[in-house]
Amino acid sequence: MAKIFNMILQRLGLGILVLFVVSLIIFLGVEMLPGDIAQEILGQSATPENVAALRRELGLDLPPHSRYFQWLADILQGDFGTSLANGREISELIGVRFANTLFLALVSAIISVPLALIFGVLAALYRNSFYDRSVNVVTLTAISAPEFFVAYVLILFFSVNINWFPSLANVGIDTPFWDRLYRVILPAVTLTGVVLAYMMRMVRASIINLLASPYIEMANLKGMDRARVIVHHALPNAWAPIANIIALSLAYLIVGVVVVEVVFVYPGLGQLMVDSVSKRDIPVVQACSMIFAATYILLNLTADIISIATNPRLLHPK
Amino acid sequence: MSEETTSTIGASTDSAPPPPPRDRKLADAWKELKKAPITAQFGLLVILGYVIAAVFAPLIAPFGESEIVGDQFLEATDEFFLGTDNLGRDMFTRLIYGARNTVGIAFVTTCLAFLIGGIAGILAAIFGGWTDQVLSRIVDILMAIPQLIFALLLLTIFGTSITNLIIVIAVLDATRVFRLARAVSLNVVVLDFVEAARLRGEGLIWLATREVLPNIMSPLVAEFGLRFCFVFLTIAALSFLGLGIQPPTADWGSMVRDNAELITYGDPVPLYPAAAIALLTVAVNFVVDWFLHKSSGLKDEH
Repeated sequence: MAKIFNMILQRLGLGILVLFVVSLIIFLGVEMLPGDIAQEILGQSATPENVAALRRELGLDLPPHSRYFQWLADILQGDFGTSLANGREISELIGVRFANTLFLALVSAIISVPLALIFGVLAALYRNSFYDRSVNVVTLTAISAPEFFVAYVLILFFSVNINWFPSLANVGIDTPFWDRLYRVILPAVTLTGVVLAYMMRMVRASIINLLASPYIEMANLKGMDRARVIVHHALPNAWAPIANIIALSLAYLIVGVVVVEVVFVYPGLGQLMVDSVSKRDIPVVQACSMIFAATYILLNLTADIISIATNPRLLHPK
Repeated sequence: MSEETTSTIGASTDSAPPPPPRDRKLADAWKELKKAPITAQFGLLVILGYVIAAVFAPLIAPFGESEIVGDQFLEATDEFFLGTDNLGRDMFTRLIYGARNTVGIAFVTTCLAFLIGGIAGILAAIFGGWTDQVLSRIVDILMAIPQLIFALLLLTIFGTSITNLIIVIAVLDATRVFRLARAVSLNVVVLDFVEAARLRGEGLIWLATREVLPNIMSPLVAEFGLRFCFVFLTIAALSFLGLGIQPPTADWGSMVRDNAELITYGDPVPLYPAAAIALLTVAVNFVVDWFLHKSSGLKDEH
């Protein structure tokens, strides 16, 4: 057990290091920006005194390293600064939107994970059958389609032609849960379509890999029945790849929401980020990138830790 | 040149017959094609169609790329048989030119990504040690940030122009190419013939291009197809978000964005450019799938 504990601690340390470096990249990237942010906010007609005053106010006159640590310390306390576009607190802008994004990703995950496991395992068990081949073609097609294509096809059918679901997923803070769920169905199905194909292919590949290992062949050869082989021999070793696949897909979902949120005008973090990029509202873009990157890194880290913690070789050392 | 190297290596290991003359090779390729699954044949046909559309765009398209030919959002008629777009430009013409712009830019970006990632990966494998460590850690860090988010951040910083778009996406995608190129090269650089070449005192360029590259070509080619799809989809997504290829250049992603409001009236026109994107990626994926199956199948036989 001590070994597992050490490995997990090591991964956690590595994750924090990566987060730190990523924050440095996000900060330095903006540092490299040509021109002066204070000048840009005030416009060309500003007097040099005004620009100097704003620079002092934003702390731009301090050396880069002390500004970096100040910025980092503020972020750790949940203070992302203020938006250049409308002067509002970024943490205020982000809070609700991030919750919305997580909600959308979670709904998609709840739909897609069980489906991916069932269809993926079936495709692996009935390998090279007609079912497996059609799954291959369908998933390849689904992976290839851009998210906005799937989204607009769904809108065309389900909200314009038969009017079952709204084409805009406009939810507010006080939207009740069921109504909220009803409104995010189309965006969630869009995301599901894309991520499901990925997950199924990965589940299929990892199960096939597993079933080809010598101990499975051994179990088959000694006449054990199929269900027992799968439950007792294959499954304990399958947790790690499957957990990995789920965490990776969640990471993919969190990022994949950007386009889908824009299509459905869903008030999430992705939409905010895209808006801010076109307005060149740099502090907001920085904050959004930081949150997306942190979520992504955390999910990848979780996948790592789960695969360590469920690895039978580590759980039962010789 | 690289073909010669591969065939001599092949000949030395499994004593294959001497390399066939050119027309024999073509005939073999044709036979291979006819044996290919229907999905791969379909894919190749579609890719051919896109290439023709891209190369001969001015000949095929009835109007100029950003020529305004009528009112906005006209219905399909004999003259404009997919109707007109939000500015009154012919939809069909824009679709044809889109093949040139969208596919062309994605192709250039993928080539650049392979150039950067491939060279770095092969060098990391040949040098090993510190070079490998430094390059690999840089790539690890770059890959820790989700690609689309990183691209958005970088495009905010550097501004959205086609050159910036190509460079940003190419650098971000080069990380994935690097991983693959390094991994497959590592398997090759430990082999005897590379050792022999080193002892012969061959230079770095010889080692990289004559010894390593020919032996990692087939995974790289398959990866090129997959990377192209990925780059193509990323650029389309960015253009759709209004941050990629800028107007008035005809581009499928921005065409979907510009005409999206038609969807709410039940008009499928905005789906055409999106379908054009989907069709090409499906086609490339089918071909790559067949190629991967074939190259891995060959390995099983040995």
